[in-house]
Amino acid sequence: MVERVLPRRTANISAGGFTIAVAVGALIIVSAGDVAPSVQRLADGFPRLASLVDRMMPPNTDTAFLVRIFWRILETFQIALVGTAIGLIISLPIAWLAARGVTPFGVFGYAFKALVSLFRTVPDLVWALLFVAAVGLGAVAGTLTIIVDTIGFCGRFFAEAMEDADKQSQEALAAHGASRFSILCSAVIPDAMPSMINTGLFALEMAVRSSVVLGLVGAGGIGQELKVAFDLFQYQNASAIILAIFVIVLVMEFVTDRLRALIQ
Amino acid sequence: MEQNSIIRTSGFSKSYSSGTPVLRDLDIDIRPRERIALIGANGTGKSTLLKCLIGLLPGTGGTVTALGETFSGAPTRMQLRRIRLQIGFVFQHHGLVRQLSVLSNVTHGMLGYPGSWRAAIQMMAPAEWRMRAMEALSAVNLEAKALERADALSGGQQQRVAIARALVRRPRLMIADEPAASLDPSAGRDVMTVFSRLASDQGITLLYTSHDMEHAVSYSDRVIALRDGRVHFDRPSSTVSRAMLAEVFDG
Repeated sequence: MVERVLPRRTANISAGGFTIAVAVGALIIVSAGDVAPSVQRLADGFPRLASLVDRMMPPNTDTAFLVRIFWRILETFQIALVGTAIGLIISLPIAWLAARGVTPFGVFGYAFKALVSLFRTVPDLVWALLFVAAVGLGAVAGTLTIIVDTIGFCGRFFAEAMEDADKQSQEALAAHGASRFSILCSAVIPDAMPSMINTGLFALEMAVRSSVVLGLVGAGGIGQELKVAFDLFQYQNASAIILAIFVIVLVMEFVTDRLRALIQ
Repeated sequence: MEQNSIIRTSGFSKSYSSGTPVLRDLDIDIRPRERIALIGANGTGKSTLLKCLIGLLPGTGGTVTALGETFSGAPTRMQLRRIRLQIGFVFQHHGLVRQLSVLSNVTHGMLGYPGSWRAAIQMMAPAEWRMRAMEALSAVNLEAKALERADALSGGQQQRVAIARALVRRPRLMIADEPAASLDPSAGRDVMTVFSRLASDQGITLLYTSHDMEHAVSYSDRVIALRDGRVHFDRPSSTVSRAMLAEVFDG
């Protein structure tokens, strides 16, 4: 009879790995004790939430109010559209300067990559606070925020699209003595275009979403109405605005999805 | 004498920066309207030689006179610029911009000329350049495809567009590095026929490399064979035998 040795059920775990696993587990449990909602708080909070929803119903459908909301929504779209458009235009040269192998600056292209990362990693609400402080309350601060947001997003993905662009056509044009700028216009951008259009549509979608909340810090758009409604305990107004935001974002996603499908 | 040469080298040598010699003591003379096949086994320095002959790589000994510019070592920027403006390049891979129209790709041949950013897409190009591009396309029999996207064409057609892109420069010298190597046999013959016809019709000097014995002799006037970095033989194509070719290709 051959003696069978069964394979182990578990993989070996090293002493270091075991220590880290225990430490992470402990950290989660301790943190939960500090910040996670207790059963008691949830039980207390739920009736309050229910009464809030109750006071929100029915949403305000007063015509004068709806007209005001309509103009605010329009302003939100304008902020998103103009901010994205300007951001896209600025993203192009920045992406060119940042793209490895395409930039005329060699390794100094990393400086532009770093700038784009800075734009991206600082959250949009923080940018909005800065711009409200700089140019005052209103839509202009919102537009500036969306511009920076778009550069942070598109600058990175445009640069990646340019880095991935077909090298063979670039080499063929370089052999003929084409300048870096000519190669950018005639080979890199046409090759990267489908990917850049896709990125641009995502940027627009993100811009609509963030322009909705920018108003919370006073940077124009529908968010400003929402904040006023909550501050003044006008919950029926607030629910109407929340519904409007829901519709805006849904419509936007639908439209950009359609556009994307058209392009591919 | 020099006026009569498109490219002439005397005692030309090239070593890598490590000191390894690649090309040794080459005396090559290419006359106007000649069709030259440059052959040799892999790693014998054919591509290096092509680049050295037109100043894209610096030599380490001897002199080169290319299209009226004489230099030893690297040419000056101005010399290189003047040389490039008289050359059309075709590579093994067509190197077309896939998303653009055939016509735009042909106008790209004008890049490198003053004000040439307008050649980026045919829409922006001056009427005269568009006219030149259409002439070049008709020379490779692809006028009808002018507004199709480059990636909608077959491999052989794409290589012919690449030839038109080189042709639009009205070059004195056409350099083709393995132009038929990635095509199927019949498309490869097409492309080689277009080359040799253009050279004789338009008086363009043709310098190409090939790994195909038939291509090496059937479309050239003269064959220059490299072996171990030296000229192994340099003689009229009609006097080159299969045995001689086999010897070169086998290294």
